[in-house]
Amino acid sequence: MSLIEAHALRKSFGSFAALDGVNLQVAEGRIVGLIGPNGAGKTTALNAILGLTSYQGELRVLGQDPWSSRDRLMRDVAFIADVAVLPRWIRVSQILDYAAGVHPRFDRSKAERFLAKTTIAKHSKVRELSKGMVAQLHLALVMAIDARLLVLDEPTLGLDILYRKQFYDSLLNDYFDRSRTILVTTHQVEEIQDVLTDLIFIDRGRIVLSCSMEELESRYVELLVRPEQLQAARSLGPANERAILGRSVLLFQGVDRQHLAALGEIRTPNVADLFVAVMSQRRQPTQGVPQ
Amino acid sequence: MSSKPNALSQSSVSSPAAVSPVPASTRPFYWSVRRELWEYRSIYLAPLIATAVFLFGFFMALALPHHRHQLLASIETQQLQPILHPYEILEGLLMVVGMVVGAFYCLDALHGERRDRSILFWKSMPVSDLTTVLSKAAIPLVVLPAIVVGLSVVTHFFMLLVSSAVLAGSGLPVAPLWNAVSFVHNSFGLFYHILTIHVLWHAPFYCWFLLISAWARRTPFLWAFLPPITIAIVEKALFNTQHFWHYLMYRLAGRMEAMSTGADSTLLGGHLTPLRFLCTPGLWFGLLFAAACLFAAARLRRYRDPM
Repeated sequence: MSLIEAHALRKSFGSFAALDGVNLQVAEGRIVGLIGPNGAGKTTALNAILGLTSYQGELRVLGQDPWSSRDRLMRDVAFIADVAVLPRWIRVSQILDYAAGVHPRFDRSKAERFLAKTTIAKHSKVRELSKGMVAQLHLALVMAIDARLLVLDEPTLGLDILYRKQFYDSLLNDYFDRSRTILVTTHQVEEIQDVLTDLIFIDRGRIVLSCSMEELESRYVELLVRPEQLQAARSLGPANERAILGRSVLLFQGVDRQHLAALGEIRTPNVADLFVAVMSQRRQPTQGVPQ
Repeated sequence: MSSKPNALSQSSVSSPAAVSPVPASTRPFYWSVRRELWEYRSIYLAPLIATAVFLFGFFMALALPHHRHQLLASIETQQLQPILHPYEILEGLLMVVGMVVGAFYCLDALHGERRDRSILFWKSMPVSDLTTVLSKAAIPLVVLPAIVVGLSVVTHFFMLLVSSAVLAGSGLPVAPLWNAVSFVHNSFGLFYHILTIHVLWHAPFYCWFLLISAWARRTPFLWAFLPPITIAIVEKALFNTQHFWHYLMYRLAGRMEAMSTGADSTLLGGHLTPLRFLCTPGLWFGLLFAAACLFAAARLRRYRDPM
């Protein structure tokens, strides 16, 4: 059963279509990265999934319509919508009281165990904490919720590298097990690519790529081509070509690995490179068209 | 609310949600109200400070020989009006503080959470928009009135005790003072006044403010007051009448006027009987309007994005 199922999901703001017919399936036990350029519709898609925005089309999250039953859905879904959305006036102890008081699946002792590993004091107010500590606090809250789906929208935006690394480490080590599902968007693609099991690229309100990381490895190959083989490699129709330190790197989709190995060094592209390749490919037909 | 969502029964056996024990009991409404008191501490601090300032003045007056002689003289001459005055002032002060705090609270309650984007956190909790709006409406309609009544009654009692001590110290009888103030009667009278006027009769104002707070992107204060004032001015300009304005004033103060101009000069007149009050069509119209505002505010909270 899919945890999230979207068919022809649409959302417009005036004449701008933030979601332009999105079809999406997320299965249980996956860690899915939703990746796209600014304004691609990532946040709108997540907001629709979380019942924070209305939409046209079909959408089921855990079998429910998020827009009409957000409060019921939130028993099984946890999310961090953005950094720094915790109310600044609240004390750490108060936010624990509140979550324990309203959330049937919140385990207070678990949250306190996570907080004990940090330098966050129970009597501190959120406004007294650094940005990284606020993110730690929010993560501790969210990890103490026995949720089936966790949605993270840019959860580490503006944090330094230590906090970012720590954030994903504790998410993987202390939270994730095969029965949970995580949906995450971020601009720091390279930091989460080892974490992900699935990848979804979104651009201009449409899904442009959706595959598992295994599929990615079998589908895409990057070739560090030897200069004398460049013409031969180009004739195979690379999806993208770029130069690194004077050497050409060609990205191929669905081309036999053995064949390519004869022309140079092959490797699996990293997500960031693939993202750039897919996006620039999509932009090409419109390039040069007078505005 | 207690039934498990269908999705759970369809999920695989390994799901933690499917095997986890029955969820702990929660009290979303109670904790939502607590949350409001954490954020808006003026709800209880403002009445407390007002009372403290008043008491300071009251004791200063008692300490001044000139005022103390007046008090003793009015007991001796049975001229009790000056004695009652401080008690009425405290009640009036706490009522006004309660109304002002309630109005400002309502205008910010659903606006502030969008302004600081914390609504994204609140909405990540399994609390419905209606529960949230009702918990916020409970502040001006339950919590503040309870604070005003409670603080008034306790402070009155304290003032009576201190005044009695002063009288006894001067060798005067205490009974006339207690007869004049008639503590129990006044306490019930105050409770009745707050319940009828400040809760039931004023409910539409608070609920209108909550609605504006949920709706306005900027300056809810302006949006709450500008439309009624505009309507009143337009009516005056076009028809040279002031029906709308008079109606607003009647909603705000009319009932109080009816009471204070009555023949009964105790702290609270008993002539506004429960039956007459409940038979006022304006009461039910106002409550209907208030309910509609709350419902609309809950709908708006669902649609509105953080700013």
